[in-house]
Amino acid sequence: MIKKIEMENNAITKKMHPSKFTLWVAMGSLVMMFAGLTSAFIVKSNQTGWKPVTLPSVFWTSTVVILLSSGTIFLALRSFKERNIAGYRLLMIATLLLGVAFIGLQWVGFEKLWEQQVTFKGSGAGQFLYVIFGFHALHVAGGILALLVLVTKTFVEKVKIYSSVPTEIAVTYWHFVDLLWIYLLIFFLVFGQR
Amino acid sequence: MSETTTVHIADAKHATTHHEEHGHHQQSFISKYIFSMDHKTIGKQFLITGIVWAVIGGLFSVIFRLQLGYPDTTFPILETFFGKWAKGGQIQPEFYYSLVTMHGTILVFFVLTAGLSGTFANILIPLQIGARDMASPFLNMLSYWFFFIAGIVMASSIFVQTGPASSGWTMYPPLSALRQAGDGQKIGTDLWLISMALFIISSLLGGLNYITTILNMRTKGMSMTRLPLPIWAMFFTAVLGVLSFPVLLSGAILLLFDRNLGTSFYLSDIVINGEILPNEGGSAILYQHLFWFLGHPEVYIILLPAMGMVSEILSVNSRKPIFGYMAMLGSLFAIAILAFLVWAHHMFVAGLNPFLGSVFVLLTLLIAVPSAIKVFNWLTTIWRGNIRFTPAALFAIGFVSLFISGGLTGIFLGNSTIDIHLHDTMFVVAHFHIVMGVASMFGMLAGVYHWFPKMYGRYLNNTLGYIHFWVTIVGAYLTFWPMHYQGLAGVPRRYLDKSGWVNFNQFGELDKFITVVSMIVFVAQFIFIINFFYSIYKGRKVRTANPWGANTLEWTTPINPGHGNWEGDIPEVHRWPYDYGKDGREFIPQTEPVGASESKH
Repeated sequence: MIKKIEMENNAITKKMHPSKFTLWVAMGSLVMMFAGLTSAFIVKSNQTGWKPVTLPSVFWTSTVVILLSSGTIFLALRSFKERNIAGYRLLMIATLLLGVAFIGLQWVGFEKLWEQQVTFKGSGAGQFLYVIFGFHALHVAGGILALLVLVTKTFVEKVKIYSSVPTEIAVTYWHFVDLLWIYLLIFFLVFGQR
Repeated sequence: MSETTTVHIADAKHATTHHEEHGHHQQSFISKYIFSMDHKTIGKQFLITGIVWAVIGGLFSVIFRLQLGYPDTTFPILETFFGKWAKGGQIQPEFYYSLVTMHGTILVFFVLTAGLSGTFANILIPLQIGARDMASPFLNMLSYWFFFIAGIVMASSIFVQTGPASSGWTMYPPLSALRQAGDGQKIGTDLWLISMALFIISSLLGGLNYITTILNMRTKGMSMTRLPLPIWAMFFTAVLGVLSFPVLLSGAILLLFDRNLGTSFYLSDIVINGEILPNEGGSAILYQHLFWFLGHPEVYIILLPAMGMVSEILSVNSRKPIFGYMAMLGSLFAIAILAFLVWAHHMFVAGLNPFLGSVFVLLTLLIAVPSAIKVFNWLTTIWRGNIRFTPAALFAIGFVSLFISGGLTGIFLGNSTIDIHLHDTMFVVAHFHIVMGVASMFGMLAGVYHWFPKMYGRYLNNTLGYIHFWVTIVGAYLTFWPMHYQGLAGVPRRYLDKSGWVNFNQFGELDKFITVVSMIVFVAQFIFIINFFYSIYKGRKVRTANPWGANTLEWTTPINPGHGNWEGDIPEVHRWPYDYGKDGREFIPQTEPVGASESKH
């Protein structure tokens, strides 16, 4: 019996940090929302009046940008763990700017589509694209906000922070929206153009 | 926020080492009672807000019951209060639909989701698993305030000129998507959608916290199979919410686009008021899929916490271990899984492929298995028990009774062929009110009566509790039982005046009877509300830490626990929570180590 409790205690210390765990559950929840939207897309695509959409090439540029930002934020975390605050700041700001550039490029993509007469009128892949990509961009914006808070803290806080948990959470979330984008892009390439 | 609190928020994992810092500390009124991060205060905020909404939602039902019971009578007082909505003392059609819509929305979401699981998940999870607070008290506070703002937005829709949303609580397009359709489809529907979006954020923040807290913050020795059943129920409730609410959000977003930006996700080939709309290719059924993918789990989001609390209360008050703890867990799990696989039984007559329908019939009827296991276990728990009929125990037994009555009619409705006759009749209204509405309300009331001493350090008045119970259970059956007969005869739901059908005139007197009973039940709830608020300040004081002789950890805290719950160390757990009547002892708390000569359970 005592042995068992000891083992349970060891298990407690090895447990994931509660905030990180919360983030994982939250990401599961976000997956459900995008699963809802993309499955609605598939249901709809089998019905009359469906129009496919051709992705403007600018979405490829934004893909490269968000992939780059995942790289910079990965390096930022490494700098943090090496206590290299200057490098951390620089890489975080770089990530932040790449994030802003991503949203800007998405906006350009929307404008290109609008020029191609893909407006809110109708009920094809184009209308879903605005909703789904728009919602994804909103979640990237949330990530940018988190980065902004973390970067500001390195300038403002008097006490040095050694816990890497907040940064790790931001990094995990950032990789998540990145992966989500890759999924959405492939989804639209496969189901959106036919 | 005081310093000591910040300590265990910042590093909750090591909270146990900071116990000595949790003495008295001064907090301002605002941080203690309004923007509180104490899970107990947040729970009470959810409860009291829920009570306020229950009164509003209940009052709406009484008003539309007046119309159903007395369609030809005029009530000038209604015009005094509601003006043009009750012109000449008669409820206008638009107002009637708004009332029905608001009644459903308020009761389902604001009372039985936020008021029930918001209250008891907050109060019970940290106390019963042995944690100082939630994993993230800040998110927890945000969860309440998002709920509060959602409520403000919903309430404001009652006061706009064109009135609140009136497309039913399910908000089906195309009706809900077209402003031209009526007054209730104007600004009221937008406010409804915004309010629901805020509500969904609130539930998600709450649910994330409940899951993380249960999985990460349990005290030493509290393995998952030593968790009290309410905690297991809250866990599955939170998982259901976290996985299904986002899907409703997607559905609501598409609806907002259709309403405001001219897309056609749900709209196609519509002629309204002689005008041909340009929308093409949309599918109204798509919304129903997205809605009911949440909507059905929502039923269990409402019901599971009640089931968990009833299990605990029945075991404590019959002084017997819960019968079949593992079977209870298994059935909770089975219900949580099946909850995601039965949504289309709400759409049998909506043009669903009949073959697909038969799959959903099978899955729906499968829910009877875990439900029957639970009922069996509750009955065997109280069987030959040394039952103490406290108000909490009575409400718990009432829950079991209502769950059986309502569950049986679910078997009728789960059959797609019988549903052809019964869909959209009063039979459906009777079924879901008994099994989901009133039953969960009974679970909630049982919880309030049982844990009130823990919440406020005082007892509720028992005599008023007994009166409240008997009036409510008799009234609930007298209200909803007759509706089965109406439904079997084909009386449709949602109609404000049925006098056009000669064959339904036979139900005129029955409708009057239901209306009168529902008014009595509504008034009887004020017995509880007065009891509740009076007892917070003037109730009999609790003198012992463990007034019910229960095993769970919340009764090892001081009578009025501060923020942090335990003054010393968090107690260690050595056994499951249901050692009642064992080895000649009435109860053995979870904190007591297992003795050498103790028999196994």
